[in-house]
Amino acid sequence: MDVELDAASPKHLRGKYAIVGVGETGYSRGSGMTTRALGTRAVRAAIEDAGLTTADIDGMLSYSGNDSTPSTAIAGDLGIRLNFYMDCQGGGSSTEALVGIAMGVIEAGLCKTVAIFRAMNGYSQVRIGGTGRSSGRSALSGDALFGRAYGQLSAAQSFAPAFMRHMYEYGTTPEQVAHVKAIHSEHASNNPKAYYKKRVTVAEVLASRVICKPLHLLDCCVETDNGNCIIVTSMDRARDCRHVPARILGVVGRCSKPRLDNYYQAGPITTVAGYYAKHILWPNAGVGPEDIQVTGSYDAFTFTTLLQLEDYGFCKKGEGGEYVSSGIMRLGNRRPNNTSGGHLCEGYTHGIAMVIENVRQLRHDADDSCPLGADGGRQHTYDYAEGGCRQVKDVELAANLGWATPATGSALVMARGA
Amino acid sequence: MALSGDYLGMAVSIDDIDPANQAFYTYCGSGVLHLQHCPACALMRYPTTTACPWCASAEAEWRPVSGKGAIYSYCEVHHAIAPVFRPFLPYMILLVELDEQAGAPNAADGLRLTGNLVDAAGELAAETAVRAVGIGTRVRVVFKDIGGGMALPQWTLDEDAEQPADPWRYPLE
Repeated sequence: MDVELDAASPKHLRGKYAIVGVGETGYSRGSGMTTRALGTRAVRAAIEDAGLTTADIDGMLSYSGNDSTPSTAIAGDLGIRLNFYMDCQGGGSSTEALVGIAMGVIEAGLCKTVAIFRAMNGYSQVRIGGTGRSSGRSALSGDALFGRAYGQLSAAQSFAPAFMRHMYEYGTTPEQVAHVKAIHSEHASNNPKAYYKKRVTVAEVLASRVICKPLHLLDCCVETDNGNCIIVTSMDRARDCRHVPARILGVVGRCSKPRLDNYYQAGPITTVAGYYAKHILWPNAGVGPEDIQVTGSYDAFTFTTLLQLEDYGFCKKGEGGEYVSSGIMRLGNRRPNNTSGGHLCEGYTHGIAMVIENVRQLRHDADDSCPLGADGGRQHTYDYAEGGCRQVKDVELAANLGWATPATGSALVMARGA
Repeated sequence: MALSGDYLGMAVSIDDIDPANQAFYTYCGSGVLHLQHCPACALMRYPTTTACPWCASAEAEWRPVSGKGAIYSYCEVHHAIAPVFRPFLPYMILLVELDEQAGAPNAADGLRLTGNLVDAAGELAAETAVRAVGIGTRVRVVFKDIGGGMALPQWTLDEDAEQPADPWRYPLE
């Protein structure tokens, strides 16, 4: 990999901040509650998980695509007086970027501890790319003509040219790509929270109906309703929290290719934002991909996981198909990916749940079905058979690779404690 | 004045404060594909932009292009999102690389335009036609009248071009 690490000189807040709390509502289709209620529950759960009180939270960040409830309502409902808040537009790639913003505003003295949340009824209210329930006959104007007029509306339809060209240029096969879903489904079978817990095979992925080539139904993520929250604070404060902190070594926020308007215009279209982001991520973190023991490579589609791992340097360009089908991403092997089952199986949160999963992994406290010990922690068996353990043994370093589009991505490297 | 039209029952409206898009679709309505050309760096671009993505110049003039190229990549849609496209499944969203400006400004860049595979009359192509094209297939622009003096640029098989013997298609078929 052509990246200089500069591991010797601590810089860019490396190791100064941590994720200390995580909260989830669970993943459903039909939450039966508002995004306001989902957000409130998630933030409340994360505060409790951290061992903090609402009085300790004085910063709040959230992201949405006009499908959620802003910080003002969530903080108000919980009686939290904020010194800083911001609600931004966006889906995937927002989580890691907001972690970077949280670190920045705490460092700048604007506030001390920040709750970052995403609350969405992604199935029962606003479906991504969705015009399915309306006539689809709303007016086409200006820039919309370059996409919607051609029936190019969904993320799958927009990303497909990049995926297809990757198959053409590098010989990536549908079977290789389908391994991403098969492996994530194995992980999900050990995640009691996962919306889809059933294991599926490569053959079953390829036999599922075609949505838009090269994507079958099972190459696409699930749509669910959920609220999720993480809490960021300084390492000084993190040491007083309930759990082993997930220490932040490096962040990249919405790093992009040129031409974000129609990202497939600027080449190579098989290259994603990680190609640029890796020059920020690994030097800031002081570690490289070979050091990482668990990844959370965003799986809006099977293919997004593959393209990111490739461009962040986990394998050579063009060898992503080989990487994802080699078994390396499977629990028990060298570098598991999305141990929760990810967006393909656990639920769809626009990336925040994958960060939550890696925080739990670094605590050595993945919430699987392993028995609880006297100290309240899981007694992990490391038996990854269906229904069993999903804790990665002795994991110290995790990376999250967030995806918005081929053109934009964010990333986060975290280490266990200290 | 806003330009108004209709495509497949979808109302089309381009506001008078958006002269670049008005020009693009009006040129299509006149039957010749034009792209914005930057006088500062001499590069064309697509889709319409408010400045040059290659040099940031605010100036642009319209240049006619051949409207001939090859399929660079594609998406074959089998599940329509918008109901108006359901009768046309499967339909193809093409990324067509024009013959002009290939490999510029960088080796992997080109003028890549979106559109659907259509028949010579501009109607969304039948399944047999969809199954006959792939990466490398030569196509030419055709214009679908959408009213208001505008047309939507679409792509059809270029009968006069030498076609690749075996254009690349998604392998599981």
